[in-house]
Amino acid sequence: MRNAEYLAILAAGLFFLASTNSYTQTPNLGMPIDEQDIAAWDIDILPDGTGLPLGQGTAGEGKIIYEQKCAVCHGVNGEGGISPALAGGDPLSNGIDTGKTIGNFWPYATTIFDYTRRAMPWFAPRTLTDNEVYSLTAYLLVLNDIINDEVVMNANTLPEVRMPNRDGFIVRFPERTP
Amino acid sequence: MNKKDSTRVWKDLGPAAENGLFDRRAFFKGGSVLAAAITGYTIAKPLQAQTLSDDPWSGSAGTPSGPYETRSRFENDVVRTMTNPNGEPRSQQSRTPHHMLDGTFTPNGLHFVISRSGSPDIDPEQHRLVIHGLVKQPLVFTLESLMRYPMVSRMHFVECGGNSAPMWSPEPLDADVQGLHGYVSCAEWSGVMLSTLLEEAGIDPTAKWLIAEGSDSLALHRSIPLSKALDDAMIALYQNGEKLMPGNGYPMRLLVPGWEGNMNVKWLRRIELLDQPAMSIYEARTYAPILPGGKAYQFYFLQEVKSFITRPSPGLSMNGQGLYEISGVAYSANGRISKVLVSADGGQTWAEAALQEPVLSKAFTRFRIPWQWDGGPAVLQSRAWDEAGHVQPTRSEIVAARGEASRVPSLNGFPSQHYNGPTSWQIDQAGEVKHVYA
Repeated sequence: MRNAEYLAILAAGLFFLASTNSYTQTPNLGMPIDEQDIAAWDIDILPDGTGLPLGQGTAGEGKIIYEQKCAVCHGVNGEGGISPALAGGDPLSNGIDTGKTIGNFWPYATTIFDYTRRAMPWFAPRTLTDNEVYSLTAYLLVLNDIINDEVVMNANTLPEVRMPNRDGFIVRFPERTP
Repeated sequence: MNKKDSTRVWKDLGPAAENGLFDRRAFFKGGSVLAAAITGYTIAKPLQAQTLSDDPWSGSAGTPSGPYETRSRFENDVVRTMTNPNGEPRSQQSRTPHHMLDGTFTPNGLHFVISRSGSPDIDPEQHRLVIHGLVKQPLVFTLESLMRYPMVSRMHFVECGGNSAPMWSPEPLDADVQGLHGYVSCAEWSGVMLSTLLEEAGIDPTAKWLIAEGSDSLALHRSIPLSKALDDAMIALYQNGEKLMPGNGYPMRLLVPGWEGNMNVKWLRRIELLDQPAMSIYEARTYAPILPGGKAYQFYFLQEVKSFITRPSPGLSMNGQGLYEISGVAYSANGRISKVLVSADGGQTWAEAALQEPVLSKAFTRFRIPWQWDGGPAVLQSRAWDEAGHVQPTRSEIVAARGEASRVPSLNGFPSQHYNGPTSWQIDQAGEVKHVYA
């Protein structure tokens, strides 16, 4: 063992002891883990695009995947079926029970990628490739007339998409917290 | 209404409001006082009891109790109502039968459950909880390790943000208290305070939010303000003394007392500290109620003060005129219930109900009040106040502020969320109880 490695291990051991001693009131039984070992679970996408993976897709590819895997529940062209409509939708001023779609309601395009990748298709979640999720996201944005069908969706372009209802919200937290 | 206003001076135990509502203390004072209290009312003459003889079930030894007790076969109709009664693979809602329960905590088999892809079959030995993101050291906890932490037990209600959604209907739905308000329950939760684990991981000063994520097939996640996580959030391991039911998150769930049920993430496996909310589908879309005019609330977290009468209520018809107890539950995300008023004439006059001890913060409080039903029409309502000074709005107030559905929804529909107005039960001369707006 080289000296540098030995010193590194010794330093790590001392750090561990120090951190143990600094939490005497609780059992301190959490096992340290590196962020890269959490990667398989760390799938959330933030509105600023944090977490978006490599890859890309377009609406043309997305339409093919949608018709194979999504239309059975969400209907042709996102019009809705046994699951909610994803496209179109009435103005929200029509009533408090207006059906929410990506076009008339969702404030962030990143949520489309996040939810599609983590939860869809319902019977086989997390089976779509990242490119397929980008393609589906592009297709759903095209269906809602938010982008045109040539635009490539990737980690740079997706967070830049301006959603029509982005400013349609009144935030109740923390202002309304007693 | 302030404290002074809520204190009434009772000169005697006479009627406290119109249409038969008594002083709330009448039941507690005992027979002679109660008899005095009901002077002037016509009491139905009791039927003569039959001669008693030995019962058929008393002639031989009974059935030995099993290792896990199950209820009497005569109680088998006390069940949750389901939106997928045949186990259809889709989102599922099951409602607590409040009208068949009493007290303040919900039995584990009757606690409401909403799950969007069923309950995962989690092996507790294999389950892991990871805390990472804006922390000094990401940490992984096993269930075994969490069991060694100092624990707390607290009574708290959990209520779906969509509970009482049928009340947004422009016409009253013909439904019972289970159908209208079944997505709220109350339990004693035991577990480890989340703040303990976050402090062990070391909170980065830039952290403002966290996401909590489940190990269900949809990996459901919600953003929680760090301030709430450090205030009273818990990693709950036990529900009413036994390990969590699968439908309520076995082997561990997040409990954010008083806040929207969906945020109490079940089957919890990951907590990530962030400097911003994640805008998961549930905060960005689903639990963002549309307001009149077309704007929508975002981050409407608190389940505000609410009450409803559980008995009498639809399905529990009156059995002849005479003395009854009106009973129900009240709760608030803003602390303890301070007062409940009950009306028997559709909100024209009110009497103060007794609050059964203990009155706990962010938990069901059982209220009770004696009522003399004279056999005539009546409309029962309750209205609750919490210690923070919030009052349950009237139906017209909440409709003015929040609107109502543009069409009559089905009982399974969710036209909007966070309805906390009153519920009215109309009693006709036959003693049938029906949901109405009053």
